[in-house]
Amino acid sequence: MPETAPVVLTRKDFVSDQEVRWCPGCGDYAILAQIQKVMPDLGIPRENIVFVSGIGCSSRLPYYMETYGFHSIHGRAPTIASGLKASRPELHVWVITGDGDALSIGGNHLLHVMRRNIDITIVLFNNQIYGLTKGQYSPTTEFGKRTKSSPFGVIDTPLQPLSVALGAEASLVARSIDRDVHHLAATLERAARHKGTSFVEVYQNCVIFNDGAFDAFAEKDVRPDNTLQLEHGKPMVFGKERNKGIRLAGLRPEVVDIGKNGVGETDLLVHDEQAADPTLANLLARMHFPEYPVPVGVFRAVERPPYEDLMQEQIDHAIATQGPGNLEALFHEGDTWIVEG
Amino acid sequence: MESGRPDRDSELREVDQVTIRFAGDSGDGMQLAGSQFTSTSAIIGNDVATFPDFPAEIRAPAGSLPGVSSFQIHFASHDIFTPGDQPDVLVAMNPAALKTNLRDLPAGGKIIVNVDEFNEANLKKAGYTANPLEDGSLRGYQVFKAPITRMNARALESSGLGAQQIGRSKNFFALGLMYWLYDRPLDPTLRWIDEKFAKNEVVREANKATLRAGYHYGETTEIFAVHYHVPPAHLAPGHYRNITGNEAAALGFLTASRLAGRPLFYGSYPITPASDILHELARFKNFGVRTFQAEDEIAAIGAAIGAAYGGALALTGTSGPGFALKSEAIGLAVMTELPLVIINVQRAGPSTGMPSKAEQADLLQAMFGRNGESPVAILAPATPADCFTLAIEAFRIAVKYMTPVVYLSDAYLANGSEPWRIPSLDDLPRIDAHFASDQEAFQPYSRDPETLARPWAIPGTPGLEHRIGGLEKADITGNVSYDQDNHHRMVTLRAEKVARIAQEIPDTEVFGDREGDLLVLGWGSAYGPIRSAVIRAQRNGQAVSHAHVRHVNPLPPDLGDVIAGFRQVLIPEVNLGQLRLLIRARYLVDAQGLNIVAGRPFHVREIESAIQQLVAPGRKARVHA
Repeated sequence: MPETAPVVLTRKDFVSDQEVRWCPGCGDYAILAQIQKVMPDLGIPRENIVFVSGIGCSSRLPYYMETYGFHSIHGRAPTIASGLKASRPELHVWVITGDGDALSIGGNHLLHVMRRNIDITIVLFNNQIYGLTKGQYSPTTEFGKRTKSSPFGVIDTPLQPLSVALGAEASLVARSIDRDVHHLAATLERAARHKGTSFVEVYQNCVIFNDGAFDAFAEKDVRPDNTLQLEHGKPMVFGKERNKGIRLAGLRPEVVDIGKNGVGETDLLVHDEQAADPTLANLLARMHFPEYPVPVGVFRAVERPPYEDLMQEQIDHAIATQGPGNLEALFHEGDTWIVEG
Repeated sequence: MESGRPDRDSELREVDQVTIRFAGDSGDGMQLAGSQFTSTSAIIGNDVATFPDFPAEIRAPAGSLPGVSSFQIHFASHDIFTPGDQPDVLVAMNPAALKTNLRDLPAGGKIIVNVDEFNEANLKKAGYTANPLEDGSLRGYQVFKAPITRMNARALESSGLGAQQIGRSKNFFALGLMYWLYDRPLDPTLRWIDEKFAKNEVVREANKATLRAGYHYGETTEIFAVHYHVPPAHLAPGHYRNITGNEAAALGFLTASRLAGRPLFYGSYPITPASDILHELARFKNFGVRTFQAEDEIAAIGAAIGAAYGGALALTGTSGPGFALKSEAIGLAVMTELPLVIINVQRAGPSTGMPSKAEQADLLQAMFGRNGESPVAILAPATPADCFTLAIEAFRIAVKYMTPVVYLSDAYLANGSEPWRIPSLDDLPRIDAHFASDQEAFQPYSRDPETLARPWAIPGTPGLEHRIGGLEKADITGNVSYDQDNHHRMVTLRAEKVARIAQEIPDTEVFGDREGDLLVLGWGSAYGPIRSAVIRAQRNGQAVSHAHVRHVNPLPPDLGDVIAGFRQVLIPEVNLGQLRLLIRARYLVDAQGLNIVAGRPFHVREIESAIQQLVAPGRKARVHA
């Protein structure tokens, strides 16, 4: 590829000429805006950025990015991103997906891209509903919820996206909320800069089919009391007054009031996103509202060689030890004979 | 044909062709014995064709009927096209092998049995109530009883191997015996053993010792009054090696990548009988080949599409059931107009079917097995060596026309082998793989006026940032479009693009006169048996010719004219008439079919008999209409 002189880009440089067609008030707008905002800070030329998506409302996002984009088929974005990144490691590849796309029809691919640690950034827009097909329950819809396809209530236990990601060995696992734009931008930037598969779940409000699903903790006024902002190396403190914390009681986390009953900050769990053992991240991923505040931020961020680097290493090693491939010699491999003219 | 000359106690008789079938338990190493016999025969200049036949189970219970594995080789002093309908000689390593293979042996055929294995337990496992070696049921054959187990054990008693390991070497004893019986040198196999077991001296020396012991046993025993010599064949001058269809395809795809100057990417999920292509390509790391063993068939093609989008020569490989799973993604490649080759090594279906058995029944799936109007190019190699040539052709078309190309091989071609005349790289056509770079003129769905191909605009190219996907594209701009006129135009353009591939397909080669009573038209691996049967008909003075399509979609532009030159058309295929359906629809010709779907290639005599029914005067055709 030709060398590109460093050009200072702005958010607008990442806005394509396509008209955005999400419903007015959809959480997707906020996520798009934050992705476009983060892009210039990453300092990557536009031509080296590719957004790959599957099917669903979220998967329209690549059309709105002035980068390369591939709006593929339902659930398969991780496969296309894998082949692209494995063959072109210098590209910066994103996968935009939703709860149905990633966890239902594409569940298998999601697991495998993460275990391989292909260096891509996956953003899962979790609205806990099928929007584009008009309101059926998704694999993250809460148990018992009445939807168009579950008039008597959902009888499927929902998946926990972060538990799935941790179980599949994703090397960066994070969560944010569409309405918390600063936190969202910071989380996306962390994910984009991470080497290896990064997985970001974004709680995203669907105004038409599942409006208000996250209001109890996502709305600005309740957010400080009902979310837990994870910070590496810091004790787990939350609340408007910063007077609540998370302490470990046996194998379970518990919410405690700082300063009461002799509880001090030193008694609290300290976040360690880099722990080799994923137990803490798993424990945080299982904390649900209203019993706990909803943890947001980076749950886990560990270093592990990405798949495409290992693939390149094998190729380099083969060339170093065997010499570059000699096709004529390969043709003549094994027993050959000559028929005289 | 037979020019006898005495050699020690046994007469050495010259014959022009022989078909041998090695049959034994799947743990007996029959595939190895057969492939070694093949290599040696090829090296000394015979033309060879082989047919390995093995159970899908890795190790069915020892001695059982389902556990029988066989390898048939036809070798000759002239050009041959098939592994032979019937073996002249059956090597049966146990009763189950005799039982499952006897029905293919002609009356008077030779049976060499490992008499040591015909004990009560093995006879029972094979379902024999009496020992066929003793009850007179083999009276119509020439039976040679060789104590292979005992002789092998004796040869290896001081080898340092345990009893079980000694038992595993008896295929080499049998091979040595067959080398003597058919006057072949031991050296190629001795060399192979040296290489294969370079790190295990005990096994290496044991295998060499028992191979020699088998040869000497033939020489010294008195059970064979005659042994045979098959002189070299007159092949076109050149360097040769023996090659299977899967090996040839893998080499061909690698060669295409060299000819295009683009790296090869292979996405695949293990499946019989296509896995060997993955194994082969995974070896070629120092050629920069990237093999991606995916989590499933869909991921395999998805990754290949991603690689194609990034500018690689992208390949995905599978067999029928996997091809079905890839259908939706093939449609995506049609819509995004990316170059992609999908190799389907067909096997007997439907569903899981018979994984290791051959069939040609995925043609209509390749043609029509997708939603919407979803045209793809289809190629089908005719012989194992042809798998090389068409692999290059597949990528040439894919890149030039920006289209998915389906490559239909099958289990018979994949595992069968024949001598391959090794080409010189300089003689092979270059593949022009170029990327768009002109920022001013770029439109994602503009088209080359000749081929209708859209530009290949890969990420990393400044100024060409654009979006593609599975939604219908507006002509030229590639934006999403639901416009009715545009959709009709795009459907037509995609069909026309694939149709235009025909402009480059060379004239159909007709074997025989271009006019006559009967054209036998075939595709894929039916080539060998058709050609053999047509040669026999022509020797009878009948006006029968053979044409074989390797470009199955689009068909060669002159095919209609070729067909019009004949009074009748016969299409033998290992399916219920799939090419016939296409030919009838396309040319409005009353083509007849010969359709035997038995998980094996045609026997020459089956096609011969169908030809006779159509061309012999006064006889009513009994073939399917």
